[in-house]
Amino acid sequence: MPKEQANWSPYDNNGGTCVAIAGADYCVIAADTRMSTGYSILTRDYSKICKLADKSVMASSGFQADVKALQKVLASRHLIYQHQHNKQMSCPAMAQLLSNTLYYKRFFPYYAFNVLGGLDSEGKGCVFTYDAVGSYERVGYSAQGSGATLITPFLDNQLKSPSPLLLPAKDAVTPLSETEAIDLVKTCFSSATERDIYTGDKVEIVVLNADGIRREYEELRRD
Amino acid sequence: MSNPLILYLCLRMVSGVMVMDSLLSPEGDSQRTQYPYVTGTSVIGIKYKDGILMAADMGGSYGSTIRYKSVERLKQVGKHSLLGASGEISDFQEILKYLDELILHDNMWDDGNSLGPKEVHNYLTRVMYNRRNKFDPLWNSLVIGGVKNGQKYLGSVSMIGVHFEDDHVATGFGNHLARPILREEWKEDLSFEEGVKLLEKCMRNLLYRDRSAVNKLQIAKITEEGLTISQPYSLKTFWNFAAFQNPTVGAEGSW
Repeated sequence: MPKEQANWSPYDNNGGTCVAIAGADYCVIAADTRMSTGYSILTRDYSKICKLADKSVMASSGFQADVKALQKVLASRHLIYQHQHNKQMSCPAMAQLLSNTLYYKRFFPYYAFNVLGGLDSEGKGCVFTYDAVGSYERVGYSAQGSGATLITPFLDNQLKSPSPLLLPAKDAVTPLSETEAIDLVKTCFSSATERDIYTGDKVEIVVLNADGIRREYEELRRD
Repeated sequence: MSNPLILYLCLRMVSGVMVMDSLLSPEGDSQRTQYPYVTGTSVIGIKYKDGILMAADMGGSYGSTIRYKSVERLKQVGKHSLLGASGEISDFQEILKYLDELILHDNMWDDGNSLGPKEVHNYLTRVMYNRRNKFDPLWNSLVIGGVKNGQKYLGSVSMIGVHFEDDHVATGFGNHLARPILREEWKEDLSFEEGVKLLEKCMRNLLYRDRSAVNKLQIAKITEEGLTISQPYSLKTFWNFAAFQNPTVGAEGSW
């Protein structure tokens, strides 16, 4: 009896784009709020951004059920960390945890494309970018998700990040001010919305700085 | 790895080697769900002034045959929630059993607290996701709605665990045929009559265009006060369009 093939996929792509930019003393993390499946929109008002710790905010696009499960696992691990160490996890520590969590499911991956943004122990902005199985690096800015291919070249042009191969190592954080960075992010999303069908509706922008954390929204095209 | 399908196929190649023997033996995976047998079609849910309104027809299709015409696809869950399901009916019945146990244990605490729609939605999401992780999904798309402490809640869960909440949700064909109507005509604080009219408009549309729809439906309403599921009834339809009169006038001999 020939083996029957499953005709359902455990994965789906619910779309969306995430961007993060690191500044000298702030970090901007943004993601659109559209959730899709196939050619349908499921909802226009869905947050892809999750605050993992006081100084770590993660934005993830991809398969929503895996993203939610990943957020839950990390939140749970952070709670345990707090119980054991009596302090919040630093952003670089969370970055390593995220990488390990993703690799743990190397052979049935979380279909999640993540950017982790926050402030490092010196108060400088940091952005970490990941693939689905946990490869990561610290960068000055990053885009992930369905609109990433449209946004990354634009960010490369605007932010001219120094080569990681330079010696002595040059700081990747952008010289832009906080307001300029937010404006840049809004421009990225309006442009991506024009050409990527999975990006649109609204962009949720989270800003982390010494004063704390704040959130703002900007309307995008709904088509 | 941008294509989920390619990722999944690579995964199957890898996991076929890594996973337990029982999956490799000839009849090993006959226990896992491969495809649905008896299915229900769309469920639609909307928020209105006093709570949630949900509609679903009473059809249970067996492939292309409409085998069952009195399937109740809207069910009460505890004091505050209403569950509507599309997809495999036997899996829906299984879910109702799980929920029965959940509500029972909640009641047995005897602490005056009772699970609300948000909690039930979260529970169902976990159940669906975990079954998907074991490659043995419950083949349903669920709509869960309710009111607790004045807070209205309406959410959806798919068979692979994709979940969200919104002011209006639909499953299956409802996503394609009903949601666009709801996006145009839904507004905050609909009255009960307006809500029912809106749902009926959507259900009529589905009746015309979804071949697995049957003209026998129930509408359920849940508010802070309680839940009512209507008696089954049918919608008036109109087929007297000019284009349907003398359809072969331009092609004599055709049928």
